Amino acid sequence: MAAVTGGTRPGSLGRRRRRRQAVQRWVVVAVTGVFFLLPLIAMVEFTTRAPSGSGRTLDVWRTLADVGRLSEQYPDLLDGVTASAGLVVLTVLLMLVLLVPTMIWVRLRLPWLRRPMEFACLLPLTVPAIVLVVGLAPVYAWVAYFLGPSSLTLCFAYTVLVLPYAYRAIDTGLSAIDVRTLSEAARSLGAGWFTVIARVVLPNIRSAVLSASFLSVALVLGEFTVANLLSRTNVQVAINLLGKRDPSISVAVSLTSLVIAFLLLLVLSLAGVRRRSRGPRRRPDQTVLAATPVQEIS
Amino acid sequence: MTTPATTTQDSGREVRLEDLRRTYGDVHALDGLSLAVAPGRMLVLLGPSGCGKTTALRALAGLEEVDGGRVLVGGRDLTGVPASRRDMGMVFQAYSLFPHLTALENVAFGLRMRRVGASERRRRAGEALELVGLSGLAERFAGEMSGGQQQRVALARALAIRPSVLLLDEPLSALDARVRTQLREEIRRIQLEVGTTAVFVTHDQEEALAVADEVGVMSAGRLEQLAAPQEVYDRPATPFVAGFVGLTSRVPATVRDGRASTAGGEVPLLPGSVDAGSVDVLVRPEAVLVSRDDLADGAAGRVVHTSFLGALARVTLATDAGELLAQLPASAATGLGPGTPVTWSLAATPALAVPSET
Repeated sequence: MAAVTGGTRPGSLGRRRRRRQAVQRWVVVAVTGVFFLLPLIAMVEFTTRAPSGSGRTLDVWRTLADVGRLSEQYPDLLDGVTASAGLVVLTVLLMLVLLVPTMIWVRLRLPWLRRPMEFACLLPLTVPAIVLVVGLAPVYAWVAYFLGPSSLTLCFAYTVLVLPYAYRAIDTGLSAIDVRTLSEAARSLGAGWFTVIARVVLPNIRSAVLSASFLSVALVLGEFTVANLLSRTNVQVAINLLGKRDPSISVAVSLTSLVIAFLLLLVLSLAGVRRRSRGPRRRPDQTVLAATPVQEIS
Repeated sequence: MTTPATTTQDSGREVRLEDLRRTYGDVHALDGLSLAVAPGRMLVLLGPSGCGKTTALRALAGLEEVDGGRVLVGGRDLTGVPASRRDMGMVFQAYSLFPHLTALENVAFGLRMRRVGASERRRRAGEALELVGLSGLAERFAGEMSGGQQQRVALARALAIRPSVLLLDEPLSALDARVRTQLREEIRRIQLEVGTTAVFVTHDQEEALAVADEVGVMSAGRLEQLAAPQEVYDRPATPFVAGFVGLTSRVPATVRDGRASTAGGEVPLLPGSVDAGSVDVLVRPEAVLVSRDDLADGAAGRVVHTSFLGALARVTLATDAGELLAQLPASAATGLGPGTPVTWSLAATPALAVPSET
């Protein structure tokens, strides 16, 4: 009651606090925005400099938009983009095929294996890429022997690299539903194991699977160390090579790949928001999005 | 509500479990369980947590492997047959509707697995929903339904495939008391209408006695008694059954010539009773007669506490024979406050005599 007897009205106190909080929020948003946007603006500035040193030109971006010219002038870049596109598809497929059925099976039949599996899947996080390459180099000698020197063989290493992120995303999705009861209900109704996974579990962890896939895409598109040290190519290796020849186009490609990765994550987040706002038609996978690492990243 | 003709079955199949064994480490979840359920009957497996009733049901469904014994349905040995090929419908304790499907799609799921055509599937799923009174909620998802509605849809889903046996694993335990009572009556009505053999697992004795044709009381992986509800209550085969189903008081007695002599009079003994010497007889509250008349036959006692249960009242008595529970019409218990002196005696209903605790 001291505040009342002191003559200060609680309403005005609350208003002042709210205003102060709003200002603080905007300051944080502004500082963060500047922190993230400044390098991007600098990249745009760099790529639009005229060769003469004065004025602006969009020549670099025109080159980038003209695929024919691009492949003619920078064949390595197109090879890198093609390899990365293939690696994205193969890594995501391999990750899903390996991880989803295994995680479901472990939950249903081998629950004691859950912790060791989690440990194994999170392990790549603790191993620096350079150390990983030292271990992978002899393995890749055999991979090259059996499958050839194609850059697409990097998908095996990348599947290991994406495991920690994909595992967490899928694990969150599986935790949001009662996998055991749903699968037992399906089996008692006549469904085999494949049907249980494909028609009952997967549709209910769709968002988690999407999260895992997009995280894998983002990681594969941004990976440089393993590809470079194993003498393979991908978009980042190509950008690095390009940087030595033509820094402007290299920065433009970097900016484009950043924007594409950002848009991918944005699409995922928006998809989640749209599903959440659908009202009472709540499905368990909607809760997954809020808990996946994608939210933290974006 | 009329029963849709297509969901009605001719009859269920006989279920027979023979010497089922299942061990988890040192724990015998099923310790030589054998029982039989006649076609079209509802067996309720009743027992405390950990007695093996759910394991027995899951073994019957094929969701649990057994270490030994046989599962026979309609004379066919299903012991090694996977759950997906046992042709049984199951309703689970946890809500088990597939969240990404509507109620109708959920009910049609089992039919789809049986490759029933789309229009026939839709028709039969609709009929099953009508049977449980939820045809109006066909397009709703699980998240848009109450717990009771979800369990009704789960029941429709289990029945839509016209199962040889309907299995219910504590389907009402997650629901509130009013819905539970309503739904258990509905389950019984539908089971009788459809005519399928059903095995219902519960730890709620009231639920068991209310819906069962036969009650199987389980303890430590074994069947203690398998009988009609009335018989389980009136003629418990073992001290465990007497103690688990309904309330009992222990009254010291001496057994002579097949009758137990107590301070409150003589009572005939049930089969399985200790047949000589000093014993305790287990008496039901309704077998304890209470009178405020000093001159009445019986022994003296004093009221400790009276609980009113609507039409009935339960009176706790302090007597020389120990504490006794009596059940009277509420009107007869008026004025039986704590400390009221009374005379008690035992009705001549058969009781089980067990070794004396003293």
